[in-house]
Amino acid sequence: MTEASPPRLPPLNLLAYSATTALGAGLDAQRQALAQGRSGLRRNDFGSDPLDCWIGRVEGVEDVALPPALAGFACRNNALAWLALQQDGLTDALAGVVARHGARRVAVVMGTSTSAIGATEEAYARLSTDAEGMAHFPPELQRPRIHTPHALGDFVQATTGLQGPCVTVATACSSSAKVFAQAARLIHAGFADAALVGGVDTLCGSVLFGFHSLQLVASAPCQPFDARRSGLSLGEAGGYAVLERAGAGPATALQLRGYGESSDAHHMSAPHPQGLGARLAMEQALRSAGLEPAQLGYLNLHGTSTPANDSIEAAAVAALFPPSLHASSTKGWTGHTLGAAGIVESVFALLALSDGLLPGTLNSTVPDPACGPQIRFDNARADIGHAMNNSFGFGGNNCSLVFGKVE
Amino acid sequence: MREAIVEGIGFWGSGLPDWDAACAWARAGQRPAQAPARPAPALLAANERRRAPATVAVALEAALAACEAAGREPTALPSVFASTHGEMSITDYMCATLASDPRAVSPTRFHNSVHNAAAGYWTIGTGAHAPATAISAGHGSFAQGLIEAMAQLAAGSEAVLLVAYDGPACGPLAEMAPSEGLLGVALVLSRVPCPGLPVLRMELAQHAGMDRGDAAGPLSRLLAGNAMQPALPLLEALALERGQVLLPAGADQWLRIDIGHG
Repeated sequence: MTEASPPRLPPLNLLAYSATTALGAGLDAQRQALAQGRSGLRRNDFGSDPLDCWIGRVEGVEDVALPPALAGFACRNNALAWLALQQDGLTDALAGVVARHGARRVAVVMGTSTSAIGATEEAYARLSTDAEGMAHFPPELQRPRIHTPHALGDFVQATTGLQGPCVTVATACSSSAKVFAQAARLIHAGFADAALVGGVDTLCGSVLFGFHSLQLVASAPCQPFDARRSGLSLGEAGGYAVLERAGAGPATALQLRGYGESSDAHHMSAPHPQGLGARLAMEQALRSAGLEPAQLGYLNLHGTSTPANDSIEAAAVAALFPPSLHASSTKGWTGHTLGAAGIVESVFALLALSDGLLPGTLNSTVPDPACGPQIRFDNARADIGHAMNNSFGFGGNNCSLVFGKVE
Repeated sequence: MREAIVEGIGFWGSGLPDWDAACAWARAGQRPAQAPARPAPALLAANERRRAPATVAVALEAALAACEAAGREPTALPSVFASTHGEMSITDYMCATLASDPRAVSPTRFHNSVHNAAAGYWTIGTGAHAPATAISAGHGSFAQGLIEAMAQLAAGSEAVLLVAYDGPACGPLAEMAPSEGLLGVALVLSRVPCPGLPVLRMELAQHAGMDRGDAAGPLSRLLAGNAMQPALPLLEALALERGQVLLPAGADQWLRIDIGHG
C-alpha cells in the first residue's frame, strides 16, 4: 500500500464553499437547520408513482431558468447545479482565481453518481416510434450533451467559462469527495493553479427504484447509527468549493489538508465486513494531513442508515479514534445525496470548523451496539482545528478528506 | 511537462483481440480471420464471464494484459478508469424498465449501473485495496484519464494503471450517444526509468497553431465508431514508433504527447 499512499499534502486554500440541499440554498440555510435540528426530509412526492419513503428534495429546482445561452443544458440536475453555483460568493471567488491565473489554469472537477440521467429517463417515458418502428427521444430532449455521464462537468465548465482540465468523477457515493483529491493532484502536478470542485445529484427513478430493489430504502425517515434503523432516505443536493494553491492568492481561514482513498475489494454493493477500506481511507487521510487521530475534532461519517454500513463504519471509527472524537452522520437532515454527499458533508465539516457547531445525528436515539463513544446523537459546540469527512460508494470505493483551520 | 514510462500495454478491440493483433494490424494490415465477439477475462469467475457487462469484460481484459506485460502485481497499482458513456446496455435497461414497470428494476443491474462498475470489479477480482477512480470527460475522456494518471505519479505513486473503454450504444439512447463495438485499452505507467521502454512527455495545449498530425491511422479507421476512439492515435504511435500525438482533452484543449521510443 505504500505505493498508493499520498505523501504529506501541500495545503490548498479554500476561497469559497457552499451547499444547496433539502435544507435550502446556501450556507446560512444549512447552518440554521443544523443548529435547530430541523430535518429537510419529507414524504416522497417525486414522480408519478412514488414509493412509500422519505426524501430530501430541494425546493425551487423546477423554477430555475437557465440563461438563454445555456438553455441546451436544461434538465433537473443542471438546474440544481446552477442554483447551487449562485450561492455564497462562489462566482466572485472564481473571478478572483481567473484574474490571478487565467481561465486555462483553473480546473473543473465535478462529482456525480447519475448526472442528468433523469432527463434520459424522461425521454424513455415519452418515446415516439417512426414508420420503420424505430423509437426516438422527443425532439426537446434530443440534446446529446445531457445524456452522458459528463453532462455535469460539461455544464459547469460552460456556465463558468473556466478552461482548465474539465472532468466528471463518477465513483457512486464517493464521487464528490474524490474531486478534492483529484483537484489537489492536478494542482500539485502543475496542470492547474486552482480548481472549482463540487458535486450534484438529483432525485430520479434510477436511484429511488434502484435502491428500493436492493431493499435499502427505509419507509420512515432514516436513523443513522440507531439500533432500529431500517435503511436510507434518498436526497438531492449540489455544492462546490474553490481551491487554490496556498500562497498563490489571498490567505484563507480554512484549507484542504489531506485525503485518503482506498478500495474494499469485497463486493459491488455491500461494505467490507471488517471495514478495511474505510479504515485505510481514514488512516491515509490523517497521514497525508500529518495528523494523529487525537488531533481530529469532528468527523462527518458516511452514516447512510443502512444496517450494514453504520455498524461497520462505527467499528472502524472506534478502532482508530479516541473516545473524545465527535463523529456524526448528517443524513437525517439531508438524506443520502449520493454523488453529492462528498461535497455536502465536506461543507458541513467546514461549517464545524468555522462556526464551532458540531452536528449530532438527527432522528437517532438508540445507539447501535457497534457504536463507540465517538458516535454522537446530539449537537455540540467546540472550537476545533481539524475535521474529516468520510464518503464511501458502491464498488467499495472510499474517500476521506481532512480540512483544517489556519492558525 | 510531465513524463511517464509505458511499462505495459493492454488492448482488446472488436476484431483485434489483443495488443499483438493490434500491432500486426497497425504495422502490416493483417488481422485474425476470426475473433471472439467479447473477451472472457480470467479475473471473473466462469459464471460471471458471460453475464458481466461487456464494458466490464473489455476493461478487465485490457487491464490484466497491461499488468502482465508490465510484470506488475495489480494489487499494488492505483487505477484510473475512463469511459465516455459507461455501460449503455444497462442505461437503456434502467430507463426502459423505469418507463414500463419501475418496481421491476433488477438489483444486480442497478448496482452494475454505476460508472465505476469496471473499477469495482477490477479491485474485487484482483483483491486490490489501492485507490480506484472512474471518470468521464466526453471526447476528452482518454486524455483526462491520462492527465489524472500523470498527476497520481506526480503525487507519489510509483506506478499507476490507466484503463479506457467504451462499448456499443443500445436502444433509443444510441441516437444521442453513438458508439459501436467494444474497445478497451490499458497502460501501466510508471516513474521508474527503464531502457528500451517508451517514454511519454505531455502537456496541455490550445488548438490554435497546433498541427493535428497524421490523418486517421489503421486502428482509428478500423475502430472509428467506438466512443473511446480518441485513445487510438496514442496506441498507433506506440505500435508504429511515432514521435508525437495530439489528443482531444476537452473544449479547445489538447494533450500534446511526445513519445521517446527506448
